Amino acid sequence: MTQHAAILPLLIPFVAALLQLAAKGYGIGVQRAIGLVAAALGVAATLWLVLLADDGMVRVYALGDWVAPFGIVLAVDRLAAIMVLLTAALAASTLLYASAGFDERGRHFHPLFQLQVFGLQGAFLTGDLFNLFVFFEVMLLASYVLLAHGGGLARTRAGLAYVALNLAGSALFLIALGMLYGTLGTLNLADVAQRLQAPGIDVAPARLACMMLIAVFALKAALLPLSFWLPHAYAAAGAPVAALFVIMTKVGIVSILRVQAIAFAPAAATTDLLDGWLLPLALATVLFAAIGALAALRLRDLAAWLVLASAGTLLVVPVFPQADVSAAALYYLVQSTFVAAALFLIAELVAVRRGEVADAFQPGPRLHTPWLGSAFLLAAASAVGLPPFAGFLGKLMLLSALRDSGDALAIWSALLLAGLLLMLALAKGGGRLFWERSPNHPHGSSQPFGWRRNLAVALLVSPALLLALFAQPVADYATRAAAQLHAPQGYVAAVLGTQAIARETRP
Amino acid sequence: MEALIAIAIGLLTACGVFLMLRARTFPLILGLTLLSYAVNLFLFASGRLRMDAPPLIRAGASYTDPLPQALVLTAIVIGFGMTAYLVMLALRALSESGDDHVDAKEKQ
Repeated sequence: MTQHAAILPLLIPFVAALLQLAAKGYGIGVQRAIGLVAAALGVAATLWLVLLADDGMVRVYALGDWVAPFGIVLAVDRLAAIMVLLTAALAASTLLYASAGFDERGRHFHPLFQLQVFGLQGAFLTGDLFNLFVFFEVMLLASYVLLAHGGGLARTRAGLAYVALNLAGSALFLIALGMLYGTLGTLNLADVAQRLQAPGIDVAPARLACMMLIAVFALKAALLPLSFWLPHAYAAAGAPVAALFVIMTKVGIVSILRVQAIAFAPAAATTDLLDGWLLPLALATVLFAAIGALAALRLRDLAAWLVLASAGTLLVVPVFPQADVSAAALYYLVQSTFVAAALFLIAELVAVRRGEVADAFQPGPRLHTPWLGSAFLLAAASAVGLPPFAGFLGKLMLLSALRDSGDALAIWSALLLAGLLLMLALAKGGGRLFWERSPNHPHGSSQPFGWRRNLAVALLVSPALLLALFAQPVADYATRAAAQLHAPQGYVAAVLGTQAIARETRP
Repeated sequence: MEALIAIAIGLLTACGVFLMLRARTFPLILGLTLLSYAVNLFLFASGRLRMDAPPLIRAGASYTDPLPQALVLTAIVIGFGMTAYLVMLALRALSESGDDHVDAKEKQ
């Protein structure tokens, strides 16, 4: 059983999606039940994987038992295990929220949701670059339909731009893969790492291919010149969908981190690939997001800008391939994902309560929900990095890990200034939403939200506290994960074995 | 043959990018389709161009690299599905706003 643990995070959502399609005629209740059971199983399976991976071994699962580099493999190290657990936990909470009624606003919500989870988990687990492309496409195709779920011109428009941009991105991804295969003769990540270090490769096309790969991941991670789609698309999506999308920028970031640590940094040909350009762009992304947040007119826009700000912060990390920086980044990544997702859900609950003014930052009717205000306060405080919450610890770890780098002054000023601007934006917006009343507005709905929505928000907000309370074990795990990531020879040996692979020379 | 393939890929890419920048949904879809043709040709060529060689490895016979052909097949299927969805989305945007601009405003 243990040897098949690596495939469980993929099998569970895939089987659930098929069952849900088959059970379409039995009403949405059955689909919901299947989805929630699958989400719970997914959390259990990924938690098990996290515990298994902590022995420091890279678990390689050869699909169809074809060995790498000829077959496709899944590789589970600690980083992959953390990411699949994060995805499963986020998916379970957002699915719980969506089953309170959002899933009935369009067709096929549940199977698409499971397929999106399938694509996300696959992207984190795979050890093959072409397979990564396929999982990206699975994830994107489901996300295109989920983005349009619920209807309305705003979603169609946002969807059109989002789909077109990502199709262009996929084209670039394929060109990069073709070039990589043409020069190195392999697409298995561990094998790419080995071939890049081999003497006699054609350095220029290999570098170009690697750079294009980074550009595609940067598009998914929303690095500045490629980030204009994000606030638009995320703010237009329905709340549970936007909350799930928070993890999609993280897919891009983790992909950059992984290819950089395993393949590019150890090879002399590509070790300086990210130098000089990624850091300024990442810091510009953070400041751009902070200014956007100041200008946001609705809470959901503000949450979308926060996603961009955290993506920019995390994109600083691949520039410094050191274990302590990556460890801090992992801790920051986990908490920022939960907090941003929580803010999207809170924005919708506030909008429901306030009726026609929705979540716009205008005076509106009184909100009779003190706990929603507290949830917002907690999420906002953690998002901007105020002590004593997890966001503060994450930012502190990241900043202190970067203290000795030559660019510390620029990084510290940009991140702290952005933090201040985000705090202003959230304080201003939150004050308007929760305190300023206007008697002219009719009351919004005062129906109770129901236990599913309340529990989902509580589940997503609580990590801001829990990750701070249990910071030591989480940060220790992140440290071990980062140490494993930056010792790529273990990964390469686990995937490829030790014997040399015979190769034919090509024209 | 290399030059011919290279020119074809370049021409398709240039036309595709030009059409994609037109900001109308129909040229956009055509542009993406042309771009995906160019990409498929490129992927195919990444296994080297060889005449009269099947992608089957047999003792003594000449063969061509089968992997890029499998990759192209996957890429074609995925690209086709994506384009079909984009067509549906474009039609929906057209019927909701009465305009085929990618930044269509609400119908007045």
